[in-house]
Formats: sequence, structure tokens, C-alpha cells
Amino acid sequence: MKNSWGNALQTQWDWRAAGNFMFGGTGCGLILMAAAASYPESPHLALALPALAFIGLGLLLVWLEIGRPWRALHVFFHPQTSWMTREGLVGTLLFPVALAGLIWDIPALVALAGFLGLTFLYCQGRILLASTGIPAWREPAILPLIISTGLCEGSGLLLLTMHVVGIANDNGWVLFLFLAFLAFRTFAWSKYRENLNASKTPAKTLSILNGIHAQILWGSNIAPLVLLLAAMFLSAQTTLLSSIAAVLTVAGGWYMKFVIVARASQVQGYSLGKLQKGRPKMKPPVRRKPDKFVL
Amino acid sequence: MTRYVMIADLNRCVGCQTCTAACKHTNATPPGVQWRKVLDLEWGAFPDVERLFVPVGCQHCSDPPCMHVCPSQATAQRDDGIVTIDYDLCIGCSYCTVACPYQARYKVDKPEFAYGDTPMPSEEIRFDERTMGVAQKCTFCSDRVDSGLEKGLTPGIDPDATPGCVNSCIADALSFGDIEDEQSNVSELLAENTWFQMHAELGTEPGFFYLWDKELPEELQGEK
Repeated sequence: MKNSWGNALQTQWDWRAAGNFMFGGTGCGLILMAAAASYPESPHLALALPALAFIGLGLLLVWLEIGRPWRALHVFFHPQTSWMTREGLVGTLLFPVALAGLIWDIPALVALAGFLGLTFLYCQGRILLASTGIPAWREPAILPLIISTGLCEGSGLLLLTMHVVGIANDNGWVLFLFLAFLAFRTFAWSKYRENLNASKTPAKTLSILNGIHAQILWGSNIAPLVLLLAAMFLSAQTTLLSSIAAVLTVAGGWYMKFVIVARASQVQGYSLGKLQKGRPKMKPPVRRKPDKFVL
Repeated sequence: MTRYVMIADLNRCVGCQTCTAACKHTNATPPGVQWRKVLDLEWGAFPDVERLFVPVGCQHCSDPPCMHVCPSQATAQRDDGIVTIDYDLCIGCSYCTVACPYQARYKVDKPEFAYGDTPMPSEEIRFDERTMGVAQKCTFCSDRVDSGLEKGLTPGIDPDATPGCVNSCIADALSFGDIEDEQSNVSELLAENTWFQMHAELGTEPGFFYLWDKELPEELQGEK
């Protein structure tokens, strides 16, 4: 940012917070895709349980980060405006719904869990978006980026797990959807960077994001796209090519989120404002309105 | 309705950091934590250089992002605009810290004292375990304001009802008062001088004003 100083790296949210976005995002994408790919039946446990494990791991990591872990239940106190509360509520609902669907073989419940996974992803994007002090997070293009990468990682991991466990992929559309999500993520990443470069983003943030741009664009977006296209035409190599694409997609998504949350998160910094004259009329304190739900 | 704000007259501030020291003394903040700090800013090229001292801290915004994001409702706002933290509710997630555009919030996970692990007698007396692992920031000395009001005093005028940093300022650069009162000290200062708010473009409407009377250098202005 040319017009401010003191753009230090925030250190409050480190790898543990990043882990929530990395693993939680992947798990949500996976539960959604697993539910969709197996519907109208329940997904194989080897697909659904890792999804829940990933989400649980993300929440565990963020729990390890908070200063008063034994007060963690207080996180549910502010659904009116806090996206962290909303993420917590959705996550809490997701587990019993998914487990009930799997235990009693109720595909509709697993599908509901998949929808909750998508909602969880959305909450994660909004959590970053509401972080006004961090220019790299408050950029509106962060929302489609977080959602698209979660969907990509979920699709990739679904295909990879199916290959590893030996579950037949009867749905050719999974591959197409994976391809579409990758195209979406490629666009979202490009748009995100473009918007940051055009806004008052700290120079250090831009430098870090520009530093990983080639790896993210080519290594984890274009390369998997090409591999998936090749997999569609080379049917004998579909498993191998789509598996490599999946690994690149998931690893790239995790790396990207880690960098955004823990490395490119320089604070706004300080700046001087535009000189004004006259006694200002301030708007009254907004205070907290208990009955008002603000999206 | 009362709305307390603070004013820093940058034409007067000499960067002595007495306000920082007074704040630490008043609120017993641990090493490294400065609810009120003073930035030392230089620009230009020799011999045409300028230097400016800018006190910063919680801006007690009218629309505080920290309050909206707080998942536990620990951060709240009083009718008089002072933004507060309930240490018993806060879970220490630091979401408020990354939401604050003014770098005003701190979190200390374990007791820290000026001279290592052993607190000085004054630190031992004033150590508050509730502040460990939770967010903390400037309170506009709301305890002093409230106790002063109970005694019929006027915040910003009577020292016993006024924040410690304002009382301590050797240059009379810091002022505190009710902006809703047209006759108050802060209202008169803002009416008679040119001023700016920091990061006003973010819509937070900070309750902290800076008096300054010169053209500001382009490279230091956050808003266009």
C-alpha cells in the first residue's frame, strides 16, 4: 500500500487458523461431492468419513489457537452478525446429520450434510471477508476463491479416494464437474490477484502473492486442467491422470490458503486522512441489536 | 445522547510518549502492550523534511468491525460510544484483532512483567488474570469516566473523569469529551480547526479525530 505505513504481518492467526481453512474447506467439498456422487444412495464410508475427519481436524486446529479453549462454547453466542459463530453452528450441525445419514443409511441426510458443507465453505469465505484489518482478506474476490478451492479439493479428493479404495466411478459427470470447478478456481484466483493489484494492498502482500502466482496458476490449476482433459480422451490412463490432477489440486489449494491466511496477511497499516472542516455530525453508535440478523 | 470522542492535535504533539507511559501506568498493561502509542513519522528529503507524531489506539468506532465479528459477544458498545470487552466472555479467538483496521487489539497468553517472571509489587497487586488469553485494548478509561460521572464531574474537563493519557499530555495535544454537546471542548476544537479521521473510507466512523492544519503529503493519505 503506497498510502500507509506499518503494514506488519499479523501474527494472531497462524498455521492453526490456516489449517481450519485448508482442511475444513477440503472436508466440506468432499462431503458435498461424495453425497452428490452417490445419491440416491449413501456414500461409501471411505468417502464420507475422511470428509468428516478433515472438517474435525480443521476445527481442532482452530480450537488449539484460541486463548481460552475451555470457553469454546461461547463461540455460539453471536449468530446475529458473526460469521465465526455461523461457521461453528453449521459445523456442529453437520456432524450429527452426516453420521445419522451414514449409520441409518438415509441418503437425504447425507445430502443435507453436503449442503451444510457448502454453507460451511461460504461461512469460511465470509469470515475472511469480514476481517477489515487485513487487505488480502477483505477483498470481495476472496469469497469465490475460498468456495471454488473447497469444491476443487473435494472433487479431487473424491476421485483420488475412489481410485485408491477401488470404488467404481459410475458418474462420468464427476470428472466434468471437477474440470468445471478447476476452471472456476483459475478464474477466481486470477480475479482475486487482479483486484488486489488494483487496490491499496500492502506491497509485501502483493509480493508474496505474486511470488506464488506461477505455482498456483500453472501447477495447481492449469496443469490439473490439462491432465483432466487428457484423462477424458485417454480412457486407458484416466485413473492415473485424474489422480495426479487431484493431488496437484488439493496440494495447491492447501498451499494457497496457507499463504493467504498465514503469510500474505499484512495488516492495513496506518495512514492520514483527508482534511475536513467543521464540527462533524457523527452517526450514533450502532451498538449490538440482539434481534437483528445481518447477512 | 452522549458520544465520547478523543482528539489528538498533531500541531501540538511533540512525541514525548508520556501518554503511552501514563496509559501503561493507569491500566497496568504488560510489556509490549500499548493501548496508547505514538507513531513517529518522517517524510520529505533533506533538507526539506517534516516530522509528525500520531497517537493511535482503539478509535472507538461508531460502527466497529470488531464488535460485529466477535463470536462470543464479548466486544460490545456502550450508549456513549465506548467499545468494551468483557474479559469473562472472550474466548481469545483474535477475530476482532484481524478485523480492526487500527491495530488496536492485543492478546497476551501468559503473565509478563517488566523484569522477567517476577512481578514488581505494583505489578503483583494490579495483575488481572482475566486478561490472559483474551483480547484487550484501550477502554477510553471508562472506569475513570464512570466514577467521575458518579461524582458529578465532567469527562474531558475534570481530571478524575478523564482518560489517563489525556491528563498526562504535556502539550495539551489530547482532548476528550462529548461531541454531541455543541459547547463541549471537543466540539469547539473540531469546529475551529481542520481535522481528519484515520481510515474513514472503511466506514467505521472512528471516534478519534486528528487536528492538523497543513496539506498532507499524498503518499501518507489513506483515502482519495
